[in-house]
Amino acid sequence: MLGLLETGSGFWSALIWVVIVLVLSALIIYLRNKGEASYKKSTEQDKPFISGNPELSKENSHISASHIYWGFTEALKDYYNPLVKFHTGNINDYSGWIVVVTAIVLIMVGVSA
Amino acid sequence: MNLSIHFPILIIALPLLTAFIIPLIGKINKKAPGIFATLTLGISLIFTILVAVKVMTAGAQVYVFGAKSTALTLPSGLRFPIRIIFEIDAMSIFMGLITATVSFLGALYSLAFIEKEGGLDKYYSLLLLLTVGMFGMELTGDIFNFFVFLEIASIASVALISFRGPQAGEPAEAGFKYMVVSSISALIVLFAIGIFYGQYDVLNFAALAKLIRYSQLDKIALALMVPVLAMKAGAVPMHMWTPDAYSEAPAPITMILVAASQASLYALFRVTFSLYNIQLNTLTVGWIIIVFGLLSMFIGVTMAIIQKDIKRLMAYHAISQTGYMLLGVGVGLAVLNDPVALQKYGITAMEGGIFHIMNHALYKGLLFLTAGALFYRTGTRDLNNMGGLAHSMKYTTIFFIIGAAAIAGLPPFNGFASKLLIYESAYRFNPLLSIVAMVVSILTLASFVKVFHSAFLGPKLPCFKEVQEVPRSMVFAMAVLSCIIIFFGLFPDVIVKNLVHPAAMSLIEQSKYSAIILGGR
Repeated sequence: MLGLLETGSGFWSALIWVVIVLVLSALIIYLRNKGEASYKKSTEQDKPFISGNPELSKENSHISASHIYWGFTEALKDYYNPLVKFHTGNINDYSGWIVVVTAIVLIMVGVSA
Repeated sequence: MNLSIHFPILIIALPLLTAFIIPLIGKINKKAPGIFATLTLGISLIFTILVAVKVMTAGAQVYVFGAKSTALTLPSGLRFPIRIIFEIDAMSIFMGLITATVSFLGALYSLAFIEKEGGLDKYYSLLLLLTVGMFGMELTGDIFNFFVFLEIASIASVALISFRGPQAGEPAEAGFKYMVVSSISALIVLFAIGIFYGQYDVLNFAALAKLIRYSQLDKIALALMVPVLAMKAGAVPMHMWTPDAYSEAPAPITMILVAASQASLYALFRVTFSLYNIQLNTLTVGWIIIVFGLLSMFIGVTMAIIQKDIKRLMAYHAISQTGYMLLGVGVGLAVLNDPVALQKYGITAMEGGIFHIMNHALYKGLLFLTAGALFYRTGTRDLNNMGGLAHSMKYTTIFFIIGAAAIAGLPPFNGFASKLLIYESAYRFNPLLSIVAMVVSILTLASFVKVFHSAFLGPKLPCFKEVQEVPRSMVFAMAVLSCIIIFFGLFPDVIVKNLVHPAAMSLIEQSKYSAIILGGR
């Protein structure tokens, strides 16, 4: 069958996946349309509700990249601090790592049968 | 005269000649070099496709330089070839197709992207020379010739990375760093070639494969070549040049640099499989490559998450994705000496790794082009300064979504198909490898959600009020890549059956590789 990829343990067909997604999407849209149509455009419902606080200017309301996953990086700072330090940007270190890794591989290949 | 027998050399000769003609054309018309380079690479792509069809239908092709016949690998009385030979098997042409596609689209994208810069004749000459270097590395059957093409690609890359150098210091610094690491790797590769030549008096891959005995000197040559070729592919912990070079080069060049890194990855696989094969301790060397893969996957993706420069973030993802290729092919190498395991999951793992090379070139190329489109319109690579661009750059947004979904391994895109092959086969080798690979995919998705939110979502920012969609040639290049990604995602079986499986088998079957040149000797 066209589009059927044998993976060794089973198979994968993107076409079947797409058909399933389309059917599910149609079902979701149908159920959604069955719901109460109380939403009205260009009314108070359109405005963001920020616990009663005034809306920030558009430039200030956008969450910038630095703030995304702050909690993730903060929780893993013991992992990140040495990792960032490791990336020195110094070409001597770049060259040094090639030498170190080559030495390790030489030993591993040299001692292997 | 049958021109088709000369297609293998025309793939390289056309861009090489054009590279030297372009400075003259540039004197006549400022726009002509770009158009000329794009057309040349378009023709080169057609030749590559024609050679690929021939390889798939009639088997591996050879092209002997300077012989009476282009197929005369062994003139009478000689036991080993003395001329430079292009040996184009399924793996070589697989890589050649990637190079041809990416270079052509890179040149096409450059037409608008780079038009305001000065020195366009030099830019296109170098782009063509970079392409020539990559093609040569992939098609040659001669190890010294490989070194020459590696140098051509490296020198052209250095100049292209620092193309914006005069205006800003960072591109020049990135170019310098790349020059240093490339010089070190080239010297080490040359030293290893010297070891082979000193022992066996031949430089042809197939002849070397036949003669190699895995002596102590051969072990040294292997241990020198594996790390430096892995370094050129961007493997951790020798990856640090990658974010510098990828982020500072112009976006279309970054896309081509990804393919250039993959040419080194190809060389790594060619050396371990076609040169040494089962003579080496496959489990040890296989695990070395797997460890490179694991480190690259995990450190690459975790470093990507904390980046604020969009191209630097994508460069770390390129490192991470290289890890998948190393993992897949590393598993294949580790079980090369075990026919049962090789048949059960080793071949599938290699298919996954090799398929991922092509998929990565496509979606990472697309992502770098979308990053270039953002830079072209906003003048910044800093994600903190972007936002709401989906309002004004609708096509770029769609292309970014396709690229991001593909790299994160979301169905039905191509990244999912190759990753699935790797997950399932690596799991049967060692479940931990598969788990790490899946975690890395989740982190990749998280990272691209961040980029999508930062750059495209949110209200339209007043500072980007005037921003419009990028010019048509840039949109077209991104659209072509998107279409290929979708096609590969929907019909992965077509690609695996016709391109990937033969490529994997051409690596595994060393004796067939040697027989193409040496016959039954």
